[in-house]
Order: sequence, then structure tokens, then C-alpha cells
Amino acid sequence: MGSESELSELQPTWQFLNPIPQGPLPTIPEPAAAPEVELIIDGRETSVPTGSTLLQATKSLGIETPTLCYLENLTPVNACRVCVVELEGSRTLVPACSRKVEAGMQVQTDSPRVRLSRRMVLEFLASSVDVSTAPELQQYMGQYAAEPERYGPSGPPALGNERDAAVPGHHVAPDGATAGTVEQPVKIDNELYIRDYSKCILCYKCVEACGEDAQNTFAIAVAGRGFDARIATEYTVPLPDSACVYCGNCIGVCPTGALMFRSEYEMREAGTWDESAQSETDTICSYCGVGCNLQLHIQDNEIVKVMSPIESGVTQGHLCIKGRFGWQFMQQPKKK
Amino acid sequence: MDLHLTKDTPSAAERLAVDSVLGESGLGRSDGVTSAALVGHEAAAGHAARANRHLLLPVLHAIQERMGWISHGALNYACQRLTIPPTEAYGVATFYALFSVQPKPPIVAHVCDDIACMANGAEQLCSEMTQRLGKAGTKSGAGSVTWHRSPCLGMCERAPAAMITAAGKRPSTTVVAPANGAAIERILEDEKHEEPPLVESQTMGSVPQAGSAELRLLRRMSRIDPDSIASYRAAGGYQALTRALELGPEQIVREVAASKLMGRGGAAFPAGIKWRSVASAAARPHYMVCNADESEPGTFKDRVVLEEDPFAVVEAMTIAGIATGCEKGFIYLRGEYPLALARMTNALAQARAAGLLGGSILGNTMSFDIEIRRGAGAYICGEETALFNSIEGFRGEPRNKPPFPTEVGLFGKPTLVNNVETLINVLDIVLEGSEAYAAIGTEQSTGTKLFCLSGHVARPGVYEVPFGTSLLALIELAGGVAGSGNMQAVLLGGAAGTFLTPQELDTPLTFESTRAIGATLGSGVVMVFDDTVNMQRVLLRVAAFFRDESCGQCVPCRVGTVRQEELLNRLFAEKTIGSTEDELHLLNDIGQAMRDASICGLGQTASSAIESAARVGLFNGRKH
Repeated sequence: MGSESELSELQPTWQFLNPIPQGPLPTIPEPAAAPEVELIIDGRETSVPTGSTLLQATKSLGIETPTLCYLENLTPVNACRVCVVELEGSRTLVPACSRKVEAGMQVQTDSPRVRLSRRMVLEFLASSVDVSTAPELQQYMGQYAAEPERYGPSGPPALGNERDAAVPGHHVAPDGATAGTVEQPVKIDNELYIRDYSKCILCYKCVEACGEDAQNTFAIAVAGRGFDARIATEYTVPLPDSACVYCGNCIGVCPTGALMFRSEYEMREAGTWDESAQSETDTICSYCGVGCNLQLHIQDNEIVKVMSPIESGVTQGHLCIKGRFGWQFMQQPKKK
Repeated sequence: MDLHLTKDTPSAAERLAVDSVLGESGLGRSDGVTSAALVGHEAAAGHAARANRHLLLPVLHAIQERMGWISHGALNYACQRLTIPPTEAYGVATFYALFSVQPKPPIVAHVCDDIACMANGAEQLCSEMTQRLGKAGTKSGAGSVTWHRSPCLGMCERAPAAMITAAGKRPSTTVVAPANGAAIERILEDEKHEEPPLVESQTMGSVPQAGSAELRLLRRMSRIDPDSIASYRAAGGYQALTRALELGPEQIVREVAASKLMGRGGAAFPAGIKWRSVASAAARPHYMVCNADESEPGTFKDRVVLEEDPFAVVEAMTIAGIATGCEKGFIYLRGEYPLALARMTNALAQARAAGLLGGSILGNTMSFDIEIRRGAGAYICGEETALFNSIEGFRGEPRNKPPFPTEVGLFGKPTLVNNVETLINVLDIVLEGSEAYAAIGTEQSTGTKLFCLSGHVARPGVYEVPFGTSLLALIELAGGVAGSGNMQAVLLGGAAGTFLTPQELDTPLTFESTRAIGATLGSGVVMVFDDTVNMQRVLLRVAAFFRDESCGQCVPCRVGTVRQEELLNRLFAEKTIGSTEDELHLLNDIGQAMRDASICGLGQTASSAIESAARVGLFNGRKH
């Protein structure tokens, strides 16, 4: 940069490189449609926009593909492998949720290999995890004739924080008489929600929602390794000591009920939870100007949980502590 | 993101350990800015600190080595310095077997009970350890010592092996092989008194062919001083780099492609294709990674090369870096290889001092430098994308492919990953030309191959033979079957490989002919079992290995490896659910789901050896 005097000398020679345009305002062209990619799925030719996933392509043909760890508002981690499909030329099956379409792909979504892998994934999960509050998973199990009992009766539950203290690279040799599970005591350490990791299929959704995909709080992550891998706070401290801000977005994305509103958990324990007696009311959160869509789940004229529809352009399913949990003032304190 | 830390604070020693990697800091700011006004208001320094996340693993090593375990306060301080959410750092620290997040005695004996050691008395050694120190995991020596079992330590040619780690002001890692209870206890005593343990030279006898004129990759073994670059150069070292600089990047890549060199890490992918993809990738910078995380049970060839010919690895990496437009290379070295670490560290320093590494190599405009990163006890980190995550400071979980590393690799950039043995082949390709190189071996498997012979052979060690040599000839080269003298089976390719019967010994060792019989050369493991070995126990150890080493990310591998181990246990104990046929059918289903639906090669091959054992009739235990 020259001195001031140099600049003032230069000034008279300045010119507009781009003169101010005259005439009508230019129009913004319509965004060009993404070029289409042609592929064959189950013998049917189809074409979908470049950049689509195989899951989107199968959906466009009306083919149902089971998913557990996939959710539209999260980055695919393709960890559950229940969405695998057979791709010609590929040694292994590929996950539909994250594999991008390529021209000329030939895909089978219901071949014997696909059905076996899906069935095995479901059996592996149902034989090691409590899937009693995972209706989708149960529905898939029927569809793929999963028989989790063929691995033997469930093994004994972990006591106390045994699973949290598991050391990578070491385990007690099994005798095979029972099937190892992740059963463990439920974690109840705050008023708003509970963590029942006996029901956790390790889909990573809560970690993503807590972290980069929604909340950017990073209160939970995967710890440990292998079958001992688990969702944990740092040093497994109780939630109130962690970075948790109680947005409840982890509950919103949990597919198995491992993360649950405390209200729902207590009603289930008391045997009073009755979805058939519940109604859903759509409304707008009144706390701030963002205007998040709320879906109130109501039983016996009381709010029992609050979700937000994933289709909502405002929330994409995510809320904050106020919208998610700040409804106690609406009703009488729960009788204990 | 707001960094939320628990109230735990580091001790002075823990703080120093972290600072030894990250430099001193006033307020946890990596840029050294100190201002009283910031006290309590700013935990770290934004992007600059976050960009250093790749230092997490070195920091965790430093804490573990100083303290013997990683406390909450120490991890908090590391997180503060690097701006990493503590929950993520905890996830990383709990991923590796060599780290402990619970208080642990500073001196630990890791006693290998994996399959090669098993064939050489590992169980006796473990019961001796129990007699001397109590049950595995119990504390002794006034709480300063403990021992536990370990997966393969890569010392199979001198099995049984043990590794002693001692934390403190003068941390040390000592490998002892062959090990016995007395030798281990002597080292533990030395460590208790903070005496440097006396251990004889580690690599003597690991290359029985040493000195033979037929050797190519191993030609310098026992002939040079591995700590001296002058000795390496006197033996012809660095001629290949000079030649490479004459050829230029494009011609080097052409030669490597024309040589038909295939990857030697296990997957046998054509090296030329990788090199060409990285060289032509538009995104910058490019990275070069030497995969030295050799952890496949029964594999030790890369360790011997790193220990005895470290400059060859440095030279080959430099050529690879120049050819593919990388200015930065990493060696990801197994955490269990202390001698290789010392030799490589020295080799890098000497190469830098000699102007053969760093800026303007040999006076040329090219610059290339190499950094060593140590693993911390996780077999999965040998998988290339898990290795990237590990270097970057994340959990060593494999990434989904595509995209492949040549496009999106380390730090999201185009990355060339080659195994140690693959790389040192490049030296001869560059010097002799691809035609002369490809004349060795067979049409599809060119060059020579290193094999790791262990178990019941007369002279275990690393052997080099041209591709096409029969398995029988190789075993005879190693002095034939030892032990009882009657072979029961051979494990070819490692725990992720296949068992072969004595009837299949005429198989030529090439990629194509092993593939034809449903086997694989894998990482070059040839482990011989005589007829006294209880193969059921070997198979249970293989199953336990995969259960331990699965990262846990995908369902087929995380649960499949557990179900596989359970099934083998009840099958061998004759407590089947339903008939034996039902169990074998289920074993097949488990294997196929792991092979078809797992994310990475670990899960995809976790049933390979076990299913092959079933095929060749090794499920019936002892065969006489």
C-alpha cells in the first residue's frame, strides 16, 4: 500500500472497470436441474438426479428399504447395515443410505444375500438389545423372519456400571450357553429424561444430534470398543455434570426408546402409558420469535411428551430445552 | 461449541506431560498469548487449537507414559489445550488397549497368548505369571506391577513373547522374546528400581536367510548398521532416490504401474493404480502414509524391516512422496514396536541432517518430510481409513468407502497409503526398471514376497522368496516341521486368512493360485501347527481376537464376532443349541453376514479362518 500522497496522485486515473449497467434488471436464471443418472434397480430402469443415494433411488420406485441409523436430518453413519443392497460388481453388499448412485449401476434390493444380511443384523440386535420399545425394528423382524432366540437365552445383565468400565481388548470368555447382551441398569440422573442403554443399538443418532448435526454441544460420544462400545458422557459422569443442555434432540432421534422423557418412562413403569389413549396437537412454541413447530402428545388431558415434526422447515425435528421440556406450567404438578 | 469441563484439574506432572507435546502455555492458548483479563473466560484459542486435534493421540501417549493412566484432570487439560470436547477425548482414550482411564500400576507386563505364542508355550508362561504375580489383572509389588494377557505382539519368530511397559519420569517399553517367567520378573524388578532393563539384541536371528546372495528386499539384513546412514549408503542406499529424481514423478509412477507391484499389506491392490490416482488428484495438499501398524496375528515382517533396514523405508517413502506430489508423510507405527520406533526416529533425524529429507532433497526443489505416529493397541487402526481417523485424533473407526483414500483420505485430502513391504519394493523398481522387476515371480504376482514363518517350523523368521514358490518349499526352507514333526495344519495369511491341510502344500504362493483355492496370502503369515496342538483352542483364540479388536461401529461385526465366539465355545464343549448341523448352519449365516455387510475388512474376514478350519476338518480338536 502506498502512502496517502501516492494514492491521491493515483486517484484521477481511476476508472470504473465495470460501468453501472443500464436497461432492465437482469433476471436470475432458474437453477438447472441436476443431470439425471440412469441405473437399474430390481430389473427396473430408473433415473434419479446426480448425487442421490441408492436409498432415494429405491424410494422413488416405491421400494421399501429398512433403516435404523438413517434419518433425513442427520449425516448418514451407515453403521447399522440393515439397509444393505446387492450391487453388481461389488464384492460386498453396500449401504443404500449413503452409497451415491452411479450411471449403469445394477442393484438388487431383495436378493437372498440381501435378505440374509438384513435378517442377521436384526437377529444380532434383537438378541443383544431390548427392542420392546422399538416398533419399527420389530416390524422389520417380522418382515425378515428374524429368530433372535437361535443364539440361546439372554445372558445375565451387567451390574452397576460394569459396562461403563469395560476395558478395550479384554473380555471374559463366554461359555456360549447364553447370548451376551448389553442389558444394564437404567440411568436416571435428572428430572427430564432417562437413558436406558439396555435398549441402545448404537446407531450414533443421538451423538450426531448432540454434536455437529444439530446441537453442537458434544455432551455424549461413543466410548469403549467392540461389543463394549457405549454412548457415554466424559468419564461417564451423570448428565447434570456433563455438557448436556437438555435440548432433548437425542430423544427426538432415538429409534428404540433408549432415550425417553422421564414422564413417559415413569408412566410406562407405572403401567399407565397408553398410546391408544393419546392425541397429538400441533402448535407453535411461544417462548421466542423463532416459532418452532411443536407436536404435543397428550394423554388424560396432560402433556406427556413433546416432539417436533422432522418435516418442519423451522426445526427439522430439533428443539431446545424450553420447547421440549418447558410445559410444566400448563398443568398441575404430577401427583407422586 | 462451548467447551464444558468437569472440575477435575491436572497435577503438575500431568500438565508437564501434556506440555511436552503441545509446548508450554499460559492459559491453554496454543499461540502463547497470555492476558490476565482472559483468566477464566477463555478456555482455548479457536481454530488454531482445534487444528491441532491430530496431536490428541501423542498427548494421550505422553500422559499414559508419565502417569501409567489417564486421569480426568489430565484429560481435561488436554481437552482445554486442544479444544476437544472431553466426551470425545474420552471416547478416543477408551478405544485403545494401551491406554487406561482407570488407575493402574505403572509397570505392566503384557504377555502374548495369541496363536503363534500358544503353539510355543504361552499357556505355561501365563500360568507361571499367575504363580509369580497372582491372577492376571491383580496388583503386586506394593501396587506398582500388574500383568495381563495380550494379543499378538508381532514377535512370533521368538515366541512366546512379552512386553513390559513402565510409566514414569523415564518411561520405557521392553520386549522380551523368547520370554519366561524369570526373565519377565527380572525386568519388572529393574523397572521397580528405575534401572534400565538389560535385554539382549532383539532382531538377531529373525532373518535366517541373512547374507544369502539371492535376497533382494532383505539383502541388507545383518550387513549394515541400522543406526547409521553412512552404512546404509555404503550398501547402495539412496541410489534409488537419486535415480528417482532423474526420472521425475511421472516416470516413477509409470514404472511402478508397469512393475505390476501389488500391495503387501493383505488386500493386494495394484500399487500403480493408487500412485497414479493420488499423483493426478486435483485437491491439495497430498499426503503419504506408510502403514506400519502391523497387527495381524503371526505377522512380523514389517517389524524386522523397520528394525534392521529403517533407511530403506525412509528412502522409499521419500520416492513415493515425490512421485505423488506429497510434501508430508506419516509412518503409523504399531505401539508395541519400541525398537522399530527408536530405529525409525533415528533414521529420520539422520536423513534430515544429510539433506535427504525435509526441504530441497539432494539439492533438488522437491521437499518431503516424515512424522512418526504411534498406535496404541488397536488392530483396527491398520485399516487405512481407521488409521486416518486415528491420526486425526478421532476414534479408530473405519470410514465408508467410496470415497477412497486416493480422493478423500487423511485430513480429507488425497492420500497414498502403502504397507512397509510394498514401499521397499519400489527401491528396486526404480533402480532396475519395471521390466527387470516384473521378470521375477509370476505373470500376475511380480517380484519377491516376505513370509513370516512361525509356529512349529525348525527355523522361524522372515523369509524372502519369489512369488510362485510352493508352500512346501518355503516350509522346507525354514527347516521343515518342528515340534512332533507331523504337521496338522498351516494357517496362511493370518487370523484373517485360511487354514490349509498338509495335502495342500504344493500350492504355489501367488495371489492368483491362492485365490483359486479360496485362500489368501494376506500379510504373508505361514504358521505351522503340529499334531499335538489343540486346534479348538487356536480357533477360540482367533474368535476372541476378533471380538476384542472389532471397533464396534457396525452391527454385523460388533455382534457377529460375539455370536461367533459363543457358538464355537458351545460347539467345542458339545453343548449345542439344537443339532451340530444347526450350529454349523448358524456359523455360516454369521460368517456370511459379517463378510457381506460389515463396513471394513476386519468384519469381512473375521470368519475366514474359522470357516476354513471347519472345511478342512479342524473342528474336531486333536487329530492324530
